[in-house]
Amino acid sequence: MNRREFAKLLGLSATALSGVPLGIARATGQTRGGTLNTIIQPEPPILVTAINQQQPTLTVGGKLYESLLRYDFDLKPIPGLAKSWEVSPDGLTYTFKLFPNITFHDGKPLTSEDVIFTMTKVLMETHARGRVTFARIAKAEAPDPLTVIFTLKSPFAPFLTSLDCTTAPILPKHIYEGTDYRKNPANAQAIGCGPFKLKEWVKGSHIHFVRHEGYHRPGEPYLDEIIYRAIPDGASRTVAVEQGKVQLTQWGDIEFFEVPRLSKLPNYEVSTKGYEFFAPHQWIELNNRIKPMDDKRFRQAVMHAIDRKAMLQRIYFGLGKLATGPISSKTRFYDKNVKTYDYSVDKAKALLDEMGLKPGPDGKRVTLRYLISPVSEANTRAAEFLRQSLGRVGIDLQLQTTDIAGWAQKFADWDYDMTANLVYQFGDPALGVARTYISSNIKKGILFSNTAGYSNPEVDRLFEEAAVATSDDKRQELYSQVQRILVEDVPVVWTFEQDYPNFIDKRLKNVLSTAIGVHETFGAVSFG
Amino acid sequence: MSTLKSFLRHPTGMIGLIVLLAVVLLAVTAPWLFPDDPWDMVGAPFQPPFSEGLWLGSDMLGRDVAAGIAHGARISLIIGVISTLTSLVIGVTIGATAGYFGGKVDEVMMRITELFQTIPGFILAILLVATIGPKISNIIFAIGIVSWPPLARLTRAEFMRLRGREFVQAAVCQGQRPLTVVLRRILPNAISPIIVTGSLAVASAILIESALSFMGLGDPNLMSWGFMIGAARTVIRQAWWMSVFPGLAILLTVLAINLVGEGLNDTLNPRISRKR
Repeated sequence: MNRREFAKLLGLSATALSGVPLGIARATGQTRGGTLNTIIQPEPPILVTAINQQQPTLTVGGKLYESLLRYDFDLKPIPGLAKSWEVSPDGLTYTFKLFPNITFHDGKPLTSEDVIFTMTKVLMETHARGRVTFARIAKAEAPDPLTVIFTLKSPFAPFLTSLDCTTAPILPKHIYEGTDYRKNPANAQAIGCGPFKLKEWVKGSHIHFVRHEGYHRPGEPYLDEIIYRAIPDGASRTVAVEQGKVQLTQWGDIEFFEVPRLSKLPNYEVSTKGYEFFAPHQWIELNNRIKPMDDKRFRQAVMHAIDRKAMLQRIYFGLGKLATGPISSKTRFYDKNVKTYDYSVDKAKALLDEMGLKPGPDGKRVTLRYLISPVSEANTRAAEFLRQSLGRVGIDLQLQTTDIAGWAQKFADWDYDMTANLVYQFGDPALGVARTYISSNIKKGILFSNTAGYSNPEVDRLFEEAAVATSDDKRQELYSQVQRILVEDVPVVWTFEQDYPNFIDKRLKNVLSTAIGVHETFGAVSFG
Repeated sequence: MSTLKSFLRHPTGMIGLIVLLAVVLLAVTAPWLFPDDPWDMVGAPFQPPFSEGLWLGSDMLGRDVAAGIAHGARISLIIGVISTLTSLVIGVTIGATAGYFGGKVDEVMMRITELFQTIPGFILAILLVATIGPKISNIIFAIGIVSWPPLARLTRAEFMRLRGREFVQAAVCQGQRPLTVVLRRILPNAISPIIVTGSLAVASAILIESALSFMGLGDPNLMSWGFMIGAARTVIRQAWWMSVFPGLAILLTVLAINLVGEGLNDTLNPRISRKR
């Protein structure tokens, strides 16, 4: 018996003895140990989520950086770094009590000073989305190392929804203070306070995380290692799942058309939970400046003319839900009691007739351009579907193709008639919804602003009042009103609340436990 | 007449011609065979061949694959023929000018031709279509631009061969204008190899168009074979028929045109046909 054979034998007996794969041992109801292999695509440029907020960075960095709060699937806050919090009745003062014994990966303790430094200094410079919210902080105080008190300039209820680890990850003050945050050499080590720390990042291959031994939550993390493998090719990612090489996929790792086939694999569970915070909302953008799209009857007709149920089934393989209006049903303050638009060619034609848009001798009422968003194949299929749907009521769509940069530029510069758009809602209508409809956000050249050019003073007023109202009941009332107005006006044609499939190895526990799903820390994730 | 007779006796040429005529017939009768818009979703998606009313199955949106192939034949043939005509006009003009005048004119024209020959044709076509936009007229233009150099070189060679001949010299001596000499005296005698090369260019034009559509650079408003394969490529493991049938259509058409071209070559070339 040579050395290699001996090692093999040893390995075999170890597996036989433990009885569970991966050589992991049981403890406290959850199993300790094991390596989670998963996918990241595209590979992120950096791991520091405070500095870069691209999707892959947030997914990977979520294991390294934590924030004050987490959110359950209904977007209600639950403890993160803060074990408790209080909001003053006037909605101006927020007091957070931190858990004791939190340490960074370099062993230094995390205190209220780090929280204040990150939220009032670093994020103000590096986080475009966070900046808008945290600019409302008038005063930040740390009466003791475990207490943080924020005083806002004026009430802003979504403040409490902006403290997840993709919006407000906490950095160590002792490393970043007084430096150029983006160029700090410590960015390569990505030192946070999450349950995992960076061991190695082989660019183009994989990112390797190991346990942070000093993690403050008892028992966590359960896993020994997490390995994010960069697999740029879609077909290879599918094969990795089929062969069981990875135990988890997220977002668009698995293309929609592969989902029905792979869902039949016995060792994976498929879940679409964990995207509630982002609530990706899909719609067809109609340029409200261009005739006849400036008439709400035309936009309503488009809404009636599309068989969205068939579109969802045929193009997105059922991965989503029909949208009823501007606010996703996953987001807070959603109201389902709004006007509904059923699929009806007759109603669509009647509306177009009523506005005087009669069909010409060739049956066409109007010819419009449709700019295909080249982000995915599904978007091209969707464009073909829409052309047929609208063709049936006499709206002739001419499809235009371009590359991603060209699409973004044309769209942002309002040089389009119709196009598709997908926007995140970020947990609160004030953060992710208002921006599409308020007239103060009609900004040429900026993507995901009010590109359609819809303007309604009443809608502006309601969104503004709802953002600063302090009671949830009052906010619900205002948002319900605004939803009713928008659904009547149809500034954009809402299609789906897009779902993304997470393929999860059936042995894994607690993968999706909060509204940010796969971006969460994974401290509680375990094999069995 | 004798050329026609000898072509009719050419076995592979005739097979090619029959297949090609079948494709042309399909293209011409497509609006009657499949009166619906080929983009219409007429059935359930992912239906295999020979399901209800769908001989060749349906695609991922439930569009009839057979209807797509019939209507795609129109686009493929139109693009093949018109872009070849475009490249013939460019290539023959340049080749004839260079070959007839020789000297400095020839130098300049051939350097320009070489410039185009050194750039890989398909890459240039992609670049052109991506820049000027994927519309059918632009695609025809792009294919014409990348496929004229061989025609120009061939025409030039034929012209250089013929312009020293006595009948050409005689015409020049009689005081006929260069344009007349070129069009009436030389071109008719140089036409057979040009026809052969041109017929083969139709096949390569169809291939280029399919490849462009496959890559998503086709006209998004026109159903074409390349588009069908490109769109079905991602689901090939679930639904082979969506890409196999348009693929067969391209294969058969291109093969048929090549066979016809070969047949023409054999019958039009005096040295070979006399042996028969």
